[in-house]
Amino acid sequence: MLDLSLIWAGIIAFGVLMYVVMDGFDLGIGILFPFFPNQPERDVMMNTVAPVWDGNETWMVLGGAGLFAAFPLVYSAVLSALYLPIILMVVALIFRGVAFEIRFKANRTKHLWDMAFIGGSIATALLQGIILGAYIQGITIVDQRFAGGAFDWLTPFSLFTGLGVLVAYAALGCGWLILKTSKELQNDMYRLMPKLALALLVIFGIVSLWTPFNNPTIAERWFSMPQFFYFLPVPILVLWSTYAIWRACQKQQQARPFIYALFMFFIAFSGFIISLWPMIIPPSITIWDAAAPRSSQAFALVGTAILVPVILAYTALSYWVFRGKIHVGSEGYH
Amino acid sequence: MTLGLTALELARIQFAFTVSFHIIFPAITIGLASFLAVLEGSWLRTKNPVYRDLYFFWIKIFAVAFGMGVVSGVVMSYQFGTNWSEFSRIAGGVTGPLLAYEVITAFFLEAGFLGIMLFGWNKVGPKLHFFATLMVAIGTCISTFWILSSNSWMQTPQGFAIENGRIVPVDWWAIVFNPSFPYRLAHMLVAAFLVSALLVAGAGAWHLLKGRHDALIKKTFSMALWLIAILAPLQAFIGDQHGLNTLKYQPAKLAAIEGHWETNKDESMELLLFGFPDMQAETTHYKLGIPYLGSLLLVHSLEGEVKGLKEFAPEDRPNSLIVFWSFRIMVGFGLLMILLGVLSLYLRYKNQLFDSKNFHRFAFLMGGSGFISLLAGWVTTEVGRQPWVVYGVLRTKDALSPVSAEQVGLTLIIFVVVYCVVFGVGIYYMLKLLNQGPQPLALDQQSGGPGHFKTPMRPVTAADDAPVDNSEPQDASTDPASNSNTDPRKLPSDEER
Ligand code: HDD
Ligand code: HEM
Ligand code: HEM
Repeated sequence: MLDLSLIWAGIIAFGVLMYVVMDGFDLGIGILFPFFPNQPERDVMMNTVAPVWDGNETWMVLGGAGLFAAFPLVYSAVLSALYLPIILMVVALIFRGVAFEIRFKANRTKHLWDMAFIGGSIATALLQGIILGAYIQGITIVDQRFAGGAFDWLTPFSLFTGLGVLVAYAALGCGWLILKTSKELQNDMYRLMPKLALALLVIFGIVSLWTPFNNPTIAERWFSMPQFFYFLPVPILVLWSTYAIWRACQKQQQARPFIYALFMFFIAFSGFIISLWPMIIPPSITIWDAAAPRSSQAFALVGTAILVPVILAYTALSYWVFRGKIHVGSEGYH
Repeated sequence: MTLGLTALELARIQFAFTVSFHIIFPAITIGLASFLAVLEGSWLRTKNPVYRDLYFFWIKIFAVAFGMGVVSGVVMSYQFGTNWSEFSRIAGGVTGPLLAYEVITAFFLEAGFLGIMLFGWNKVGPKLHFFATLMVAIGTCISTFWILSSNSWMQTPQGFAIENGRIVPVDWWAIVFNPSFPYRLAHMLVAAFLVSALLVAGAGAWHLLKGRHDALIKKTFSMALWLIAILAPLQAFIGDQHGLNTLKYQPAKLAAIEGHWETNKDESMELLLFGFPDMQAETTHYKLGIPYLGSLLLVHSLEGEVKGLKEFAPEDRPNSLIVFWSFRIMVGFGLLMILLGVLSLYLRYKNQLFDSKNFHRFAFLMGGSGFISLLAGWVTTEVGRQPWVVYGVLRTKDALSPVSAEQVGLTLIIFVVVYCVVFGVGIYYMLKLLNQGPQPLALDQQSGGPGHFKTPMRPVTAADDAPVDNSEPQDASTDPASNSNTDPRKLPSDEER
């Protein structure tokens, strides 16, 4: 029999990666907003993602719904364990999402919507990072239910991963803007990008050193012998991509900084997956422990298998339609 | 921060509050998306610019409502895990896949084509643009399909088994097409169309009252009223059928709606117009009813048994006072909608549709009534389902997450403040836009054929003091030289400048 839990774990991992990458760059734009107080430039920055942000965010909804369908235990236990950060995150997303709609229509209150956009983006990124950190640390489960405290998620480690995700999204956003803008704005981004990449490298380094202290299972996995060599490419490739980003910015290559930043994300994400595998609620619940009834997984899989390729196709169409650069002072999409 | 309430009560208030806010926006987007598809289709077919101008106007309202629908919906989809984790753990095997289907068949479709619909007028051909509008409209209907299947299954569950304390799906066809689903789906879809039609008609009436009598206003007003004239009576019919279905599958809910305590055997049942059901005293005070009518409506004969609330153990009874009144509010406004539709037909026949001030006042006042009926209907359905969350299977009190009242109270306060501020402002902008009204595009702004003129997607209105939309930078690129062939997105008209 097919191992549906395995397939679903793959689908959810793919969905989360899509989400992190795509919403990552549009959240990054909000994070970079404070550095660009000039309104026409802000209009351009926002316009580069206005037609696609909603689709990007839908990958997060897919992640949630996929968990709900295939691993309801994760959905129920992890979401109640991370009650406050999750609710605060969706609230932050409200500010951001509404800012997209209203900012262009507002006049006197435009600066307020800028603040909503900035605050919403920064808070979302921080909270997602905190959620990631809390998840890596592990969640106390007794008898299939969350049995920890309301503030278990709040630790120095999770705060630091929060900062990490913030910087990471900023870097993705910066790469995206290099691709989508021109002239002064683009030049500013060229200057910013290597700094962000370097900061990211440092943060990745610290998180990698810190993680084994927090999660003994991961420590064991990393530092036992044959595995150690499987993991070795991860730091090396991350180092290499930082260098590649720096080079690309020096040479003012437009697409490469973004592509290398994506690559860096992909590597870090793979490292994360192989470190946890096959746990879906660290430290002890595996994907098979958390699985939904087979009939649920099978039913949802049929539609997902057929439709995800279709979704990817029309998502690509949308990106194709809105390809090319946005200029300062041009009409934009609005 | 607990306001003296338990975590359960707070979580219920939180769910009711967030979902009530959410449903307002989908109701607008479902209705307007189809309206926009009709407008764009008519524009492509007839090339009558009125349709295009109306499209440009209503898409602005649609965009704001859509944005708010998405963000409030994301809250909903996480709330099942945060606040109702026991529900998710026990019933997730059924509701999870239904939500997953909603995401992959509807949310992506809407979100994927929304960009083209809102921003693509100058970027894609008219056919692809129309296609995008259609996809968004279809997406909203598919979304309704799945979420109502899920909700209806919670009302009238079937097709499952219980293993190790968890609900395990057995027959998906039976689950999706559960007994109350067809009625609820039809009722809700028509409700969404009515909400939007009333809103559109109300806006039209407002501008007629303010003295605008141009083709744009007349067209909107007239189209919306046609819809109301057809849908309002249809909705009453569907609602009646829905009630019969409820009588069969959720008799306690129906008894509570009617404030009906004693089962009537071989005698007629009156239809109460007024009264105060009292859960403690097990009776309805100050009754005012019409003899026989209750039996006529419910069993379609002069007598016939309808179970009273006393047949059910006190802990299994839904709160009759709430559903009695929420139901009457919904139906009351429903009847007013029918009246509006009938009057419109009469005035149309007399050729006075655009002249009767009193009728315009009525239509204007009815503009928001769709929302009232919509919310009252949901309150009836949901409160009437209590004390169960999955009817007869899982009680609401057993569905709660292991969270403290402090946490739920805190987040409830945050939600109330944020929703009132953010969505309040959003609604304010929608009203502002409505107040501006649709504007004809100046002919000289046009360049090229249909679907290819260079006005921005959201045309700036002439209104000088209107604080909306005029912040848009209107001049072309600051540096025309750089704007050369390297930019594939550039509009043809930029060269002409
Ligand atoms: C009758 C229709 C209806 C009902 C009862 C609900 N919704 Fe909804 N929802 C929609 C109709 C809709 C929609 C029309 O499809 C929306 C409105 C705007 C949009 O983007 O899609 C939407 C948006 C929307 C989104 C954002 C989708 C996106 O990212 O694009 C989510 C996650 C949910 N909803 C989830 C829910 C949940 C969990 C509900 C139940 C508690 C719920 N909705 C009730
Ligand atoms: C969209 C319009 C809806 C409205 C206005 C609405 C309203 C409400 C209200 C007022 C309650 C509280 C009942 C009470 O506590 O006495 C409630 C409960 C609930 N509803 Fe809905 N509902 C809607 C749609 C849905 C949908 C589509 C679902 C499921 C897919 C759903 C699932 C629930 C659940 C799980 C509860 C239990 C929690 C509780 O009892 O408070 N609702 N709803
Ligand atoms: C005019 C006569 C109407 C009748 C007889 C009627 C009947 C009903 C009944 C019996 C229910 C309860 C279903 C249940 O048992 O759960 C219901 C629910 C509802 N009604 Fe109505 N209704 C009418 C008009 C309207 C109107 C005008 C609207 C909105 C514009 C509306 C919106 C709703 C909604 C949203 C629900 C909850 C969802 C559902 O269960 O379908 N209704 N209606």
